[in-house]
Amino acid sequence: MAYIDLQNDLPGIRGPMVYRPETGTILNELAEILLHDDNNTLSRGDREMIGAYVSSENDCFFCQHVHGAMAQHYYQSEMSFIDSIKKDYQTADISEKLKTLLAIAGSVQKSGKLVTQEQIDAAKLQGASDREIHDTVLIAAAFCMFNRYVDGLNTWAPKERQVYIDRAAMRARDGYSQSGLQK
Amino acid sequence: MAYIQLNNKLPGITGLLENRLDTAAPIRALTQILLRGENTLTEMERELLATIVSHKNQCRYCTNAHAATVLALGGTPELLDKVYHDLENAPVSEKMKALLEIASQVQENGKAVRPEHIARAKKAGASDREIHDSVLIAALFCLYNRYVDGLGTYCPQDPAYYQKLASRLVTHGYDRPKNEMARQGEENFK
Repeated sequence: MAYIDLQNDLPGIRGPMVYRPETGTILNELAEILLHDDNNTLSRGDREMIGAYVSSENDCFFCQHVHGAMAQHYYQSEMSFIDSIKKDYQTADISEKLKTLLAIAGSVQKSGKLVTQEQIDAAKLQGASDREIHDTVLIAAAFCMFNRYVDGLNTWAPKERQVYIDRAAMRARDGYSQSGLQK
Repeated sequence: MAYIQLNNKLPGITGLLENRLDTAAPIRALTQILLRGENTLTEMERELLATIVSHKNQCRYCTNAHAATVLALGGTPELLDKVYHDLENAPVSEKMKALLEIASQVQENGKAVRPEHIARAKKAGASDREIHDSVLIAALFCLYNRYVDGLGTYCPQDPAYYQKLASRLVTHGYDRPKNEMARQGEENFK
Protein backbone atom coordinates (compact mmCIF):
# COMPACT_ATOMS: atom_id res chain seq x y z
CA MET A 1 0.00 0.00 0.00
CA ALA A 2 1.22 3.49 -0.83
CA TYR A 3 2.79 5.49 2.00
CA ILE A 4 0.26 8.30 1.54
CA ASP A 5 -3.48 8.30 0.85
CA LEU A 6 -3.53 8.70 -2.95
CA GLN A 7 -7.36 8.72 -3.00
CA ASN A 8 -7.35 6.24 -5.88
CA ASP A 9 -6.43 2.58 -6.46
CA LEU A 10 -4.43 3.01 -9.66
CA PRO A 11 -1.16 1.07 -9.94
CA GLY A 12 2.37 2.42 -10.20
CA ILE A 13 2.99 5.99 -11.29
CA ARG A 14 -0.65 6.46 -12.27
CA GLY A 15 -1.64 6.63 -8.60
CA PRO A 16 0.44 9.69 -7.62
CA MET A 17 -0.12 11.25 -11.06
CA VAL A 18 -3.87 11.31 -10.47
CA TYR A 19 -3.36 12.35 -6.84
CA ARG A 20 -1.54 15.48 -8.05
CA PRO A 21 -2.68 16.05 -11.67
CA GLU A 22 -0.89 19.39 -11.90
CA THR A 23 2.47 17.61 -11.84
CA GLY A 24 1.11 14.36 -13.35
CA THR A 25 0.14 16.07 -16.59
CA ILE A 26 3.64 17.48 -16.99
CA LEU A 27 5.30 14.14 -16.27
CA ASN A 28 3.18 12.65 -19.05
CA GLU A 29 4.19 15.45 -21.42
CA LEU A 30 7.85 14.71 -20.76
CA ALA A 31 7.30 10.98 -21.37
CA GLU A 32 5.43 11.77 -24.59
CA ILE A 33 8.28 13.86 -26.03
CA LEU A 34 11.01 11.47 -24.96
CA LEU A 35 9.37 8.14 -25.75
CA HIS A 36 6.49 8.54 -28.19
CA ASP A 37 7.13 11.64 -30.32
CA ASP A 38 8.04 10.57 -33.86
CA ASN A 39 10.29 13.59 -34.34
CA ASN A 40 13.24 11.44 -33.28
CA THR A 41 15.84 9.36 -35.10
CA LEU A 42 15.88 6.80 -32.30
CA SER A 43 13.06 4.31 -32.74
CA ARG A 44 10.26 4.19 -30.17
CA GLY A 45 11.36 0.65 -29.41
CA ASP A 46 14.94 1.68 -28.62
CA ARG A 47 13.80 4.60 -26.46
CA GLU A 48 11.41 2.38 -24.49
CA MET A 49 14.21 -0.18 -24.15
CA ILE A 50 16.52 2.43 -22.61
CA GLY A 51 13.73 3.26 -20.13
CA ALA A 52 13.11 -0.41 -19.36
CA TYR A 53 16.81 -1.08 -18.89
CA VAL A 54 17.33 1.82 -16.46
CA SER A 55 14.16 0.82 -14.57
CA SER A 56 15.48 -2.71 -14.31
CA GLU A 57 18.82 -1.46 -12.96
CA ASN A 58 16.87 0.66 -10.45
CA ASP A 59 14.87 -2.46 -9.56
CA CYS A 60 11.58 -0.67 -10.21
CA PHE A 61 9.09 -3.46 -10.93
CA PHE A 62 6.26 -1.33 -12.31
CA CYS A 63 8.35 0.79 -14.70
CA GLN A 64 10.50 -2.02 -16.06
CA HIS A 65 7.43 -4.07 -16.90
CA VAL A 66 5.43 -1.23 -18.41
CA HIS A 67 8.31 -0.10 -20.60
CA GLY A 68 9.65 -3.60 -21.27
CA ALA A 69 6.19 -4.45 -22.63
CA MET A 70 6.24 -1.26 -24.72
CA ALA A 71 9.64 -2.18 -26.21
CA GLN A 72 8.39 -5.70 -26.89
CA HIS A 73 5.36 -4.25 -28.65
CA TYR A 74 7.42 -2.01 -30.92
CA TYR A 75 10.06 -4.69 -31.59
CA GLN A 76 7.31 -7.26 -32.26
CA SER A 77 9.38 -9.67 -30.20
CA GLU A 78 8.93 -12.12 -27.35
CA MET A 79 9.36 -10.87 -23.79
CA SER A 80 12.34 -13.22 -23.52
CA PHE A 81 14.17 -10.94 -25.99
CA ILE A 82 13.59 -7.93 -23.70
CA ASP A 83 14.73 -10.01 -20.74
CA SER A 84 17.94 -10.97 -22.57
CA ILE A 85 18.75 -7.28 -23.12
CA LYS A 86 18.08 -6.37 -19.49
CA LYS A 87 20.19 -9.31 -18.33
CA ASP A 88 23.22 -8.70 -20.57
CA TYR A 89 22.84 -6.26 -23.43
CA GLN A 90 26.43 -6.86 -24.60
CA THR A 91 25.62 -10.39 -25.72
CA ALA A 92 22.02 -9.65 -26.79
CA ASP A 93 20.99 -9.63 -30.43
CA ILE A 94 20.79 -5.83 -30.81
CA SER A 95 22.72 -3.27 -32.86
CA GLU A 96 26.19 -2.19 -31.78
CA LYS A 97 24.87 1.35 -31.65
CA LEU A 98 22.14 0.47 -29.15
CA LYS A 99 24.76 -1.32 -27.03
CA THR A 100 26.81 1.87 -26.81
CA LEU A 101 23.70 3.87 -25.88
CA LEU A 102 22.71 1.35 -23.20
CA ALA A 103 26.25 1.62 -21.81
CA ILE A 104 25.78 5.39 -21.45
CA ALA A 105 22.32 4.87 -19.91
CA GLY A 106 23.81 2.35 -17.48
CA SER A 107 26.35 4.91 -16.29
CA VAL A 108 23.70 7.62 -15.94
CA GLN A 109 21.61 5.24 -13.83
CA LYS A 110 24.42 5.06 -11.26
CA SER A 111 25.63 8.66 -11.53
CA GLY A 112 25.94 11.28 -14.25
CA LYS A 113 29.62 11.52 -13.37
CA LEU A 114 30.24 7.94 -14.54
CA VAL A 115 29.62 8.75 -18.20
CA THR A 116 33.04 8.83 -19.86
CA GLN A 117 34.43 10.44 -23.00
CA GLU A 118 35.23 6.88 -24.16
CA GLN A 119 31.55 5.90 -23.92
CA ILE A 120 30.56 8.99 -25.92
CA ASP A 121 33.25 8.32 -28.53
CA ALA A 122 32.12 4.70 -28.86
CA ALA A 123 28.52 5.81 -29.46
CA LYS A 124 29.60 8.36 -32.05
CA LEU A 125 31.75 5.74 -33.77
CA GLN A 126 28.60 3.63 -34.16
CA GLY A 127 26.85 6.56 -35.78
CA ALA A 128 25.01 8.05 -32.80
CA SER A 129 24.24 11.75 -33.30
CA ASP A 130 24.62 14.39 -30.60
CA ARG A 131 20.87 14.54 -30.34
CA GLU A 132 20.60 10.77 -29.90
CA ILE A 133 23.22 10.89 -27.16
CA HIS A 134 21.34 13.76 -25.54
CA ASP A 135 18.08 11.85 -25.60
CA THR A 136 19.71 8.71 -24.22
CA VAL A 137 21.10 10.64 -21.25
CA LEU A 138 17.82 12.47 -20.64
CA ILE A 139 15.68 9.33 -20.95
CA ALA A 140 17.97 7.55 -18.49
CA ALA A 141 17.87 10.54 -16.13
CA ALA A 142 14.08 10.81 -16.45
CA PHE A 143 13.66 7.17 -15.48
CA CYS A 144 15.84 7.78 -12.42
CA MET A 145 13.10 10.25 -11.51
CA PHE A 146 10.08 8.14 -12.50
CA ASN A 147 11.45 5.04 -10.73
CA ARG A 148 12.08 6.97 -7.50
CA TYR A 149 8.65 8.56 -7.63
CA VAL A 150 7.00 5.15 -8.02
CA ASP A 151 9.04 3.33 -5.36
CA GLY A 152 9.64 6.24 -2.99
CA LEU A 153 5.88 6.43 -2.41
CA ASN A 154 5.62 2.61 -2.26
CA THR A 155 2.93 2.35 -4.95
CA TRP A 156 1.54 -1.07 -5.81
CA ALA A 157 2.12 -2.91 -9.09
CA PRO A 158 0.29 -5.82 -10.77
CA LYS A 159 2.44 -8.96 -10.47
CA GLU A 160 1.24 -10.59 -13.71
CA ARG A 161 3.44 -9.63 -16.66
CA GLN A 162 0.60 -10.23 -19.09
CA VAL A 163 -1.24 -7.20 -17.63
CA TYR A 164 1.54 -4.96 -18.92
CA ILE A 165 1.71 -6.67 -22.30
CA ASP A 166 -2.04 -6.32 -22.75
CA ARG A 167 -1.92 -2.54 -22.24
CA ALA A 168 1.06 -1.86 -24.52
CA ALA A 169 -0.81 -1.65 -27.84
CA MET A 170 -3.23 0.93 -26.47
CA ARG A 171 -0.45 3.05 -25.00
CA ALA A 172 1.51 2.83 -28.27
CA ARG A 173 -1.55 4.03 -30.17
CA ASP A 174 -2.59 6.82 -27.79
CA GLY A 175 0.80 7.96 -26.47
CA TYR A 176 1.42 9.32 -23.01
CA SER A 177 -0.12 12.77 -23.20
CA GLN A 178 -3.44 11.13 -24.17
CA SER A 179 -3.27 8.71 -21.28
CA GLY A 180 -5.59 10.86 -19.19
CA LEU A 181 -5.56 11.18 -15.46
CA GLN A 182 -8.94 9.70 -14.61
CA LYS A 183 -9.47 7.60 -11.52
CA MET B 1 33.10 21.36 -22.46
CA ALA B 2 29.94 19.35 -22.91
CA TYR B 3 30.05 15.92 -24.58
CA ILE B 4 27.69 17.15 -27.28
CA GLN B 5 27.59 20.30 -29.37
CA LEU B 6 25.16 22.83 -27.84
CA ASN B 7 23.63 25.81 -29.64
CA ASN B 8 24.83 28.19 -26.88
CA LYS B 9 27.64 28.82 -24.41
CA LEU B 10 25.57 28.78 -21.23
CA PRO B 11 26.85 26.60 -18.37
CA GLY B 12 25.28 23.64 -16.57
CA ILE B 13 21.57 23.01 -16.94
CA THR B 14 20.93 26.42 -18.52
CA GLY B 15 22.86 25.43 -21.65
CA LEU B 16 20.98 22.11 -21.93
CA LEU B 17 17.57 23.72 -21.50
CA GLU B 18 18.26 26.36 -24.17
CA ASN B 19 19.65 23.70 -26.49
CA ARG B 20 16.48 21.62 -26.52
CA LEU B 21 13.35 23.69 -25.96
CA ASP B 22 10.81 20.89 -26.43
CA THR B 23 12.07 18.77 -23.55
CA ALA B 24 12.96 21.87 -21.53
CA ALA B 25 9.35 23.06 -21.41
CA PRO B 26 7.94 20.28 -19.19
CA ILE B 27 11.13 20.14 -17.08
CA ARG B 28 10.91 23.87 -16.38
CA ALA B 29 7.15 23.72 -15.74
CA LEU B 30 7.54 20.85 -13.29
CA THR B 31 10.27 22.70 -11.40
CA GLN B 32 8.27 25.92 -11.27
CA ILE B 33 5.23 24.14 -9.78
CA LEU B 34 7.23 22.10 -7.29
CA LEU B 35 9.66 24.79 -6.10
CA ARG B 36 7.64 27.98 -6.61
CA GLY B 37 4.00 26.92 -6.80
CA GLU B 38 1.51 27.30 -3.98
CA ASN B 39 2.65 25.02 -1.19
CA THR B 40 2.64 24.62 2.59
CA LEU B 41 6.42 24.14 2.40
CA THR B 42 8.32 27.42 2.06
CA GLU B 43 10.48 28.15 -0.96
CA MET B 44 13.58 27.80 1.20
CA GLU B 45 12.43 24.42 2.53
CA ARG B 46 11.89 23.18 -1.01
CA GLU B 47 15.25 24.57 -2.15
CA LEU B 48 16.88 22.72 0.76
CA LEU B 49 15.39 19.46 -0.53
CA ALA B 50 16.88 20.19 -3.97
CA THR B 51 20.22 21.10 -2.42
CA ILE B 52 20.63 18.03 -0.21
CA VAL B 53 19.89 15.69 -3.12
CA SER B 54 22.30 17.52 -5.45
CA HIS B 55 24.96 17.45 -2.74
CA LYS B 56 24.52 13.72 -2.21
CA ASN B 57 24.73 13.18 -5.97
CA GLN B 58 27.91 15.28 -5.90
CA CYS B 59 26.61 17.45 -8.71
CA ARG B 60 28.71 20.57 -8.24
CA TYR B 61 26.73 22.83 -10.56
CA CYS B 62 23.30 22.02 -9.05
CA THR B 63 24.61 22.06 -5.47
CA ASN B 64 26.22 25.49 -5.97
CA ALA B 65 23.12 26.84 -7.71
CA HIS B 66 20.59 25.73 -5.11
CA ALA B 67 22.84 26.44 -2.13
CA ALA B 68 23.19 29.99 -3.47
CA THR B 69 19.41 30.13 -3.77
CA VAL B 70 19.00 29.00 -0.15
CA LEU B 71 21.35 31.84 0.86
CA ALA B 72 19.45 34.31 -1.30
CA LEU B 73 16.24 33.26 0.47
CA GLY B 74 17.77 34.03 3.87
CA GLY B 75 19.59 30.81 4.74
CA THR B 76 23.11 30.77 6.16
CA PRO B 77 26.30 28.85 5.31
CA GLU B 78 26.00 27.18 8.74
CA LEU B 79 22.53 25.91 7.88
CA LEU B 80 23.83 24.38 4.65
CA ASP B 81 26.83 22.85 6.38
CA LYS B 82 24.60 21.17 8.99
CA VAL B 83 22.12 19.94 6.39
CA TYR B 84 24.99 18.35 4.43
CA HIS B 85 26.95 16.86 7.31
CA ASP B 86 24.89 16.80 10.51
CA LEU B 87 21.21 16.85 9.63
CA GLU B 88 19.94 15.88 13.08
CA ASN B 89 21.50 19.03 14.54
CA ALA B 90 20.56 21.34 11.67
CA PRO B 91 18.58 24.49 12.60
CA VAL B 92 15.40 23.27 10.89
CA SER B 93 12.10 21.92 12.22
CA GLU B 94 11.66 18.25 13.12
CA LYS B 95 9.28 18.03 10.14
CA MET B 96 11.99 19.33 7.78
CA LYS B 97 14.56 16.93 9.23
CA ALA B 98 12.19 14.08 8.44
CA LEU B 99 11.47 15.37 4.91
CA LEU B 100 15.17 15.94 4.22
CA GLU B 101 15.82 12.40 5.42
CA ILE B 102 13.16 11.08 3.01
CA ALA B 103 14.80 13.07 0.19
CA SER B 104 18.17 11.55 1.10
CA GLN B 105 16.69 8.07 0.89
CA VAL B 106 15.10 8.85 -2.48
CA GLN B 107 18.53 9.97 -3.70
CA GLU B 108 19.85 6.46 -3.03
CA ASN B 109 16.86 4.62 -4.50
CA GLY B 110 13.08 4.83 -4.21
CA LYS B 111 13.03 1.55 -2.32
CA ALA B 112 15.33 2.99 0.36
CA VAL B 113 12.38 5.01 1.70
CA ARG B 114 11.06 2.89 4.55
CA PRO B 115 7.81 3.06 6.57
CA GLU B 116 9.74 4.47 9.55
CA HIS B 117 10.92 7.46 7.49
CA ILE B 118 7.33 8.22 6.52
CA ALA B 119 6.07 7.63 10.08
CA ARG B 120 8.60 10.12 11.44
CA ALA B 121 7.49 12.76 8.95
CA LYS B 122 3.79 12.22 9.69
CA LYS B 123 4.42 12.30 13.44
CA ALA B 124 6.14 15.64 12.99
CA GLY B 125 3.06 16.97 11.21
CA ALA B 126 3.97 16.50 7.54
CA SER B 127 0.90 16.21 5.31
CA ASP B 128 0.53 13.59 2.58
CA ARG B 129 0.95 16.33 0.03
CA GLU B 130 4.20 17.53 1.66
CA ILE B 131 5.55 13.97 1.63
CA HIS B 132 4.49 13.57 -2.00
CA ASP B 133 6.18 16.79 -3.03
CA SER B 134 9.35 15.98 -1.10
CA VAL B 135 9.65 12.63 -2.89
CA LEU B 136 8.99 14.19 -6.30
CA ILE B 137 11.40 17.10 -5.74
CA ALA B 138 14.11 14.64 -4.70
CA ALA B 139 13.35 12.45 -7.72
CA LEU B 140 13.39 15.47 -10.04
CA PHE B 141 16.85 16.43 -8.84
CA CYS B 142 18.05 12.89 -9.47
CA LEU B 143 17.06 13.67 -13.07
CA TYR B 144 18.68 17.11 -13.12
CA ASN B 145 21.96 16.00 -11.54
CA ARG B 146 22.36 13.14 -14.03
CA TYR B 147 21.40 15.32 -16.97
CA VAL B 148 23.94 18.00 -16.02
CA ASP B 149 26.82 15.63 -15.24
CA GLY B 150 25.96 12.89 -17.76
CA LEU B 151 26.47 15.32 -20.64
CA GLY B 152 29.63 16.77 -19.10
CA THR B 153 28.34 20.35 -18.99
CA TYR B 154 30.54 23.28 -18.06
CA CYS B 155 30.52 24.23 -14.35
CA PRO B 156 31.67 27.79 -13.53
CA GLN B 157 34.04 28.22 -10.56
CA ASP B 158 33.26 31.89 -9.93
CA PRO B 159 30.82 32.25 -6.96
CA ALA B 160 29.51 35.43 -8.59
CA TYR B 161 27.89 33.27 -11.29
CA TYR B 162 25.82 31.37 -8.74
CA GLN B 163 24.82 34.56 -6.94
CA LYS B 164 23.57 35.96 -10.22
CA LEU B 165 21.75 32.74 -11.05
CA ALA B 166 20.22 32.52 -7.55
CA SER B 167 19.01 36.08 -7.79
CA ARG B 168 17.21 35.18 -11.04
CA LEU B 169 15.73 32.03 -9.50
CA VAL B 170 14.42 33.99 -6.51
CA THR B 171 12.92 36.89 -8.43
CA HIS B 172 11.93 35.19 -11.68
CA GLY B 173 11.58 31.50 -10.79
CA TYR B 174 12.17 28.60 -13.17
CA ASP B 175 10.24 29.71 -16.24
CA ARG B 176 12.31 30.37 -19.34
CA PRO B 177 13.92 33.83 -19.09
CA LYS B 178 13.95 34.33 -22.90
CA ASN B 179 17.22 35.98 -23.96
CA GLU B 180 17.91 37.41 -20.57
CA MET B 181 20.58 34.84 -19.65
CA ALA B 182 22.86 35.73 -22.53
CA ARG B 183 22.06 39.43 -22.22
CA GLN B 184 22.92 39.43 -18.56
CA GLY B 185 26.19 37.66 -19.23
CA GLU B 186 25.54 34.26 -17.63
CA GLU B 187 27.60 32.70 -20.41
CA ASN B 188 30.68 34.74 -19.58
CA PHE B 189 31.65 33.30 -16.21
CA LYS B 190 34.76 31.18 -15.70
